[in-house]
Amino acid sequence: MAELKYNEEGRLLFTKEMRDEGYTILTPQMMPIHFEMLEKVFRHAGYKVKIMDKTGPEIAQTGLKYVHNDTCYPALLVIGQFIYTLQSGEYDVNKTALMMTQTGGGCRASNYIFLLRKALKKAGFENIPVISLSIGMEKNPGFKLTVPLVRRGLAAFVYGDLLTLLSNQTKAYEVNKGESMELVEKWVERLVNDFNHGDSYRFKEIERYADQICKEFSEIKLDSTPKVKVGVVGEIYVKYSNLANNDLVQFLEEQDCEVNVPGVLGFAMFKVDNRIEDIKLYGGSRAKFKVCNILFNYLTKLEAILIKYTTKYGFTPPGEYAHIKKLVKPVIGYGSKMGEGWLLTAEMLELAESGYENIVCTQPFGCLPNHINGKGAIRRIKELNPNANIVSIDYDPGAPKVNQENRIKLMLAVGKEELEKNSCQ
Amino acid sequence: MRLGLDIGSTTIKCVVLDDESNLIYKTYQRHYSQITEKIGEILSLVRKEVKGAENALVALSGSAGMGVAEDCGIDFVQEVYATRVAANTYIPGTDVVIELGGEDAKILFLSGGLEVRMNGTCAGGTGAFIDQMATLLNVPLESMDELAKGYEKTYTIASRCGVFAKTDIQPLLNQGARKADIAESIFRAVVSQTVAGLAQGREIEGQIVYLGGPLTFMSELRNCFDKTLKTKGICPENSLYYVACGAALCASNTIDFDEVAEKVKHYTGSGNFAFNPPLFKNEYEYDAFVARHNKAFVATKDLKGYKGKAYIGMDSGSTTVKAVVLSENCDLLYSEYMPSKGNPVVLIKQFLEKVYEINPGIQIASSAVTGYGEDIVKNAFSVDYGIVETVAHFTAAKHFMPDVEFIIDIGGQDIKCFKIRNGAIDNIFLNEACSSGCGSFLQTFANALGYSIEDFAEKGIYAKRPVDLGSRCTVFMNSSVKQAQKDGATIEDISAGLSLSVVKNALYKVIRAASPDELGKRIVVQGGTFLNNAVLRAFEQEMGVNVVRSNIAGLMGAYGAALYSMAKSIGKGVDKSTIADKEALDNFVHDIKVANCGLCNNNCRLTINTFSGGKKFIAGNRCERPITKKEPSSDRNIFAYKLDLLSEYMPVEGKRGTIGLPMGLNMYELLPFWWRFFTDLGFKVIHSPYSNRKIYQKGQQTIPSDTICFPAKLMHGHVQYLIDKGVENIFYPCMSYNFDEGKGDNHYNCPVVAYYPEVIKNNMKGVRDINFIMPYLGIHRPKDFAKKAFEKLKPHFSTLTAEEVKAAAKAAYKEYDLYFEKLRKRGNEIIAAAENAGREIIVLSGRPYHVDPEINHGIDKLISGFDVSLVSEDIVSVRAEKFHTNVLNQWTYHSRLYSAAKYISTRDDMQLVQLVSFGCGVDAITTDEVREILEKNNKIYTQIKIDEITNLGAVKIRLRSLLSAIGRE
Repeated sequence: MAELKYNEEGRLLFTKEMRDEGYTILTPQMMPIHFEMLEKVFRHAGYKVKIMDKTGPEIAQTGLKYVHNDTCYPALLVIGQFIYTLQSGEYDVNKTALMMTQTGGGCRASNYIFLLRKALKKAGFENIPVISLSIGMEKNPGFKLTVPLVRRGLAAFVYGDLLTLLSNQTKAYEVNKGESMELVEKWVERLVNDFNHGDSYRFKEIERYADQICKEFSEIKLDSTPKVKVGVVGEIYVKYSNLANNDLVQFLEEQDCEVNVPGVLGFAMFKVDNRIEDIKLYGGSRAKFKVCNILFNYLTKLEAILIKYTTKYGFTPPGEYAHIKKLVKPVIGYGSKMGEGWLLTAEMLELAESGYENIVCTQPFGCLPNHINGKGAIRRIKELNPNANIVSIDYDPGAPKVNQENRIKLMLAVGKEELEKNSCQ
Repeated sequence: MRLGLDIGSTTIKCVVLDDESNLIYKTYQRHYSQITEKIGEILSLVRKEVKGAENALVALSGSAGMGVAEDCGIDFVQEVYATRVAANTYIPGTDVVIELGGEDAKILFLSGGLEVRMNGTCAGGTGAFIDQMATLLNVPLESMDELAKGYEKTYTIASRCGVFAKTDIQPLLNQGARKADIAESIFRAVVSQTVAGLAQGREIEGQIVYLGGPLTFMSELRNCFDKTLKTKGICPENSLYYVACGAALCASNTIDFDEVAEKVKHYTGSGNFAFNPPLFKNEYEYDAFVARHNKAFVATKDLKGYKGKAYIGMDSGSTTVKAVVLSENCDLLYSEYMPSKGNPVVLIKQFLEKVYEINPGIQIASSAVTGYGEDIVKNAFSVDYGIVETVAHFTAAKHFMPDVEFIIDIGGQDIKCFKIRNGAIDNIFLNEACSSGCGSFLQTFANALGYSIEDFAEKGIYAKRPVDLGSRCTVFMNSSVKQAQKDGATIEDISAGLSLSVVKNALYKVIRAASPDELGKRIVVQGGTFLNNAVLRAFEQEMGVNVVRSNIAGLMGAYGAALYSMAKSIGKGVDKSTIADKEALDNFVHDIKVANCGLCNNNCRLTINTFSGGKKFIAGNRCERPITKKEPSSDRNIFAYKLDLLSEYMPVEGKRGTIGLPMGLNMYELLPFWWRFFTDLGFKVIHSPYSNRKIYQKGQQTIPSDTICFPAKLMHGHVQYLIDKGVENIFYPCMSYNFDEGKGDNHYNCPVVAYYPEVIKNNMKGVRDINFIMPYLGIHRPKDFAKKAFEKLKPHFSTLTAEEVKAAAKAAYKEYDLYFEKLRKRGNEIIAAAENAGREIIVLSGRPYHVDPEINHGIDKLISGFDVSLVSEDIVSVRAEKFHTNVLNQWTYHSRLYSAAKYISTRDDMQLVQLVSFGCGVDAITTDEVREILEKNNKIYTQIKIDEITNLGAVKIRLRSLLSAIGRE
């Protein structure tokens, strides 16, 4: 066990010694395809990151025990998963650190890391350091988000988004069941291998792979009978995490739907763009403005690759950031940046526009930003897109799956009726 | 021929339609959660009674039928969808369907853009809710309708959740309100919940159809809807069977009756549910457990012929009234445990009569009363002492364990926990209005499943796999129980599981403990719920400690009150109680009148009780004004001063027309800023008044999110008020950031305060007809502000010049500072005066908008009614230096809370009471941190949750407990 060092505020630090001693860095699962690659990106950079795999009702129960029960569901689950994993005894608690993201906006989520520390103290794990994965928030001597690390991480996101998008578009229609997921697995394996060696993150490589991946997916044999097309949006953790949304995507697939879950790259662009918008709205540093613009342009280039190759092979491309930003203008202002902010509304508008009129809007019970951008905007979205068929679902440790599924089924019944009407015409 | 089944939360409906869709057979039965058995029964019944039913196309619908349908091979139709199909078939031209079911409420908009709304996860204003309320009123469900017809007045009752409504109704009952009025008020609450919660801004108009059990059986409920919607809806024939009919109409497959019957018979669910270890491994363990608990024992003596001094203790609780007579040796001479049935006065009278009848010569030396009904009972019967519940329970617990460290009392409706330090109550935990999980919760489930509470609890003792139901409110729990049943849990497992969830709720939601060490090892448990051995065991198991429970666990409050009166009277050397004697009881008169106070904005609904000899007792008041007729002064109450100060910002005529400011959320603090800014720019600035019920209702129907905080909901009414006033411009800016007061890491507004104008824009059509100005502005950067504000306002007012705006901005910042200067000056005066007089200072902390009387429900006045001075967090927060918190200190308003807590910790004569709006996500973080700061410094933390409606009775208990803990009561 490395020596425990604290900063002047008394925060336990993740030190170089800890990194060098090979501390296991536990981090929550959110998007299995993306995170499997991401894990390797961190490992290549010298951090022994491990994505936690514990699931089950005990996670929420543990969370309830150690976190204020009115805190949002993602915090309950993530913190519950950390503590449950630590308590499982699988990891040497003297050689383990934790890592979670910290966005730093005005939403409660910026406080998760503090709630985690409080919970760790309560559970007797106060000697376990917590690393904030953030831009410019807490710093640790043993952890640094370097440019190469960030570039590789973004590449993992791009591949993850691409594989998710493609498999979602083929899965529901494939003639040979299971083919799409086999292809996903094949590619993840290959990319993981590349990331282990630190490869495949440059634009050229990404382009080459994107072309190849799209091509292979386009070769999957499909049955063209139309299906109910459903989009999923929401608070980022509940939107993506199967643990949080009770396997929403799987449920929708079982109901014979094509599912579209907008990717995480858009969220990354949104978060960077917020800083630019902030300066535009209220004034601020020129230097910061420039740095953010450079990063934003980098992301835009990545996005362009996704759009180019999905379009090339006849897939529905991801909604272009610049376009969805334009779409949302009459509905929510660009200053609404907390949580998923205007992006959530924009994604619903884009989905409705691109044929995914049936939408599940997911959020933790009592999610503050979603009062504004989710539930608060649905009325206007429907005015603009009379066919939008949106159901808003709250997730919470006490919200039973049956009720959620019942509501979704109602939305699907209406969607199915529309589908039949359209195919009759 | 088509057959449709509708499996609801409590009933099964089945219909058979002929080929012309005419209904030829129908049946309606309660299923008592034995869903599969009932389906089998009904199918064989239909087969017997309807010729050719075997060949019918079959489909199944209903919230409770989803899994069953899949497993038995019957097509499933979502129930709202089924309703829609049926309505379109049987009543073409229907515009809106309103359907209330056992646990669901739905509105279907059929014409002009199909929309379907179902109640959210936190909405209980449904059939089950009315059912619960009938139980509370102690009347059969059927007579609710009759009762309501005879109403004279309506009360405001929260309908969001049954638990919440109970806390509104109980005090009304205790104060003697008429049941007829309450019944009508309950209906109104259901209507308001349905309309506000589900319509979400869409007008309910055209041909309206009422469906479902409650609306079919209760004509007065339909009336209430008609009145609110200003229309006349129809309740069609077979209104109960629409879902079943819809299912039948959607049916496209036949079923094999025998096969389904067989499947249903063997349907046991997946057996796949989370469970806990059994409560007891075997009988020996159980016997040892019982023997251990029998040690805490109060002896019983006969009241008849008892010669010594006697002491009476009464506990007039929320659902039960408990009363005891003690001997000089603390033996129990007589006791009563009565369901409160709404009126404690009648019950206490009966109790006293009984005592006098058994022992006519009894010498009652002293008496005391505690509980919700304390005031009225004390007044009605001239009881010697009225004490706060916490003190009564502590007194009783000490009797069994003198060095007790922790007391937990789970009663019918409350959970009360106190931590004892140095022989005094140090910290109090009461359940908030939302978390149920008390005695009545178990009772409700026992009844729903068709058992008495005793039998039901008993069943859990030897459960093999107690279901893990978590710790959530009753509404959620209902569905979880249903799910568990579907997954194959037995009644035994469910009973044990519910006992566990009661305990978990108390531990993790109310106390928020992670381990027994936090509570201490010396624990006394009490309250009727702990007489249930399953609950007791679950508690010991969960905490890993053995606790003490006496044989009179259900009477502890009354027992403690009697002990208290004994100690007091001995101390004073008094041996004759003032309590009503036999003669006084014979001449006892109790008359109840209801009136509105009308002396201030709160407009409290008063219940005026008149007793023998014209003695009056007024209940329902927040302050002393209706009794003393004196206006409360702002000398000791900063809230009153704030309101006075804000009302000084009156409109001044200007050249540029009027601009309206909605008076809510951050406007409560920024009014001086924006008033000065726009006044200087030549606008006549009109702001909406402080909130009241009427203003709330003006905008209620446009609120899109039913779980958002009440202060935000009020905003809709304020904007509507301004529109109705005819102002041309409304200014309501979005503000991510607030002023940086230098106390935190950042200075955000919470997401709701920051962006609520977006919700107004997107949900209130009225703002499109006026000039609704909602720019994103940053007042945190004064230099940029003037420039940016000019850019944003210029398009609206073309004659504005940059210089004008710059000057107005400068004046606005100055005005804001001036406002705080005045405020803090008065605050400091209040503190100084309190210091001189040796008075306790309560720092009522929250948000600027908690000053709104409709939001704080007059809690400030209630506190001022005690002999204390009251200031707010912004008065003392400036007295603390910036310090490091254990949370990310990033919201301006919340930074003040931490700073205030820090400062208060340095003073013996200051106590912090935090107001928390229901649904405030940010306060989940602040409350814990504020508590930590205070407790680190050995201060007591008191939290009061407030919503649309707040139970002031519970607030009183908290405050009195606080005052008694610091030795001020």
